[in-house]
Amino acid sequence: MELAAQIGGSVTDGLAYLGALASLGSRAAYFTFIAPLKGKPLRFHRAVSQAMQVGVLALPILSLITFFIGLILALQSAYELRRFGALNYVASAVAISMTRELGPLITAIVVIGRSGSAFAAEIGTMKVTEEIDALETMAINPISFLVTPKFLAMIMMLPCLTIWANFMGILGGSVFGVAKADFTFPRYIQASLDALFLRDIVTGLIKAVMFGITVTAVGCHEGFATGGGAEQVGRSTTRAVVVSLFLVILVDLVFTALFYFLSPS
Amino acid sequence: MEQSANPTAASESMISLRDLRVSYGEREILHGVSFDVMRGENMVILGGSGSGKSTLLRTLVGLEKPSSGEIRLKGKNIAAISTAEMDEIRKKIGMSFQGGALFGSMTVGENVALPLREHTKLEDSTIKVILRLKLEQVGLSGFENYMPSQLSGGMKKRAAVARALAMDPEILFFDEPSAGLDPIIAAGVDQLILDLKQAFHMTIIVVTHELASAFLIADRMVLIDKGNVVAIGSTEELRASTHPRVRQFLDRIAEPEVAQELDYLQMLTEDDYRRGR
Repeated sequence: MELAAQIGGSVTDGLAYLGALASLGSRAAYFTFIAPLKGKPLRFHRAVSQAMQVGVLALPILSLITFFIGLILALQSAYELRRFGALNYVASAVAISMTRELGPLITAIVVIGRSGSAFAAEIGTMKVTEEIDALETMAINPISFLVTPKFLAMIMMLPCLTIWANFMGILGGSVFGVAKADFTFPRYIQASLDALFLRDIVTGLIKAVMFGITVTAVGCHEGFATGGGAEQVGRSTTRAVVVSLFLVILVDLVFTALFYFLSPS
Repeated sequence: MEQSANPTAASESMISLRDLRVSYGEREILHGVSFDVMRGENMVILGGSGSGKSTLLRTLVGLEKPSSGEIRLKGKNIAAISTAEMDEIRKKIGMSFQGGALFGSMTVGENVALPLREHTKLEDSTIKVILRLKLEQVGLSGFENYMPSQLSGGMKKRAAVARALAMDPEILFFDEPSAGLDPIIAAGVDQLILDLKQAFHMTIIVVTHELASAFLIADRMVLIDKGNVVAIGSTEELRASTHPRVRQFLDRIAEPEVAQELDYLQMLTEDDYRRGR
């Protein structure tokens, strides 16, 4: 009986959490799309500086990571493909895996580590130092001021980062392709491009946007939910990363399944 | 409850509380607080830890919602208005928080200019002039480009006051302005509050437990204890009060030792009103 109660409790808590995320997301959406029509500022300037933080500054680490991921993918696929003497399929294996799955996912993971934690820490610290209260007493809505620019930045940057990640992954795979699979670099790139359909890239980018929305919602929610004191800020930051990782995988599953069932057979 | 002699009919009540009750969940913190603050006066809200004075201040600026009762700021009952209307009222009040609550990612100048940039359509050059003016009023001329982390505690408080003054508020709220400051700097902050009242005839509410500051800056004082108004009146009236709780607070008599942690908490936050329920 205890176990059933616990499971039930966890499920309702989980649903409540998703509800809180949706509430935060919808309020941020209000300030992005509807409030500007009523004359309230869109804070584009703040969104751009967030985009710099979230996107541009992530490029070095993202490039390295996805380059290696591409190389790892090539090695792993070659491991099986060579049994069938089909090493020439390495290029397409890497290209499709990157664009459909690993490009968006690895990008999201890097962004969680860099920005998801940063959002929670920033907003959590502001909560502890009464800066959020200060915003309210100055008649500045904290969601409009803090959260909306982050959403805008993520939605703009994640697809861009993912495209870059896909490219770096294919580049990483090309190292193996040229060294061990009888490709020349131009032919490897050509083989990769030939293997891709537009829907591979597009589904990946749609996932990227959904990941971005998830990471922002969780990071900001944990920030606002911070209790008092520095220790609580650390807790919120950790929770933000862990919960984001889980939800991103969940969203990944939902959309991958969706795209599977929607695809022409 | 002691009352000051009725203020002159010419004075207008800027803030008016009637039977205000505020609860955090199940626990009621303020048990029916009622008093008025007149236009242009310095009202100090005194009280010990757990007395409810911080809750009272937060409710006055709309950060907490009352569970019942009325709060009228300039005649409007903020306990029952929309967010948009509350925002309009907030543009006419300023609040200086205990730690300053300056935004760490912006310079002092950007902090002070923020309300102007958000709520007015003034040109950047005009905003620059206004912010220099505000910084000069608090004695921080030339510090526009400093980051909050580069300021001392006293300077942070001054910057916070400058930001609260940015929109030329009619009512100014201070949360523990002397907290954490050495006596000389604290005296400087007290003087600033007196100067503001002198120069702008603002209505100023200060929440504090520092007696020296309170007696220096107050026109009238109200002592909150365990969520109730225990005494209200001019500084002379409070100084001369014979009410036991007032005397204990003013004469700094320690509470009797309590053995149990729960008893101590109960003693701080509840009183006969609760026990009688």
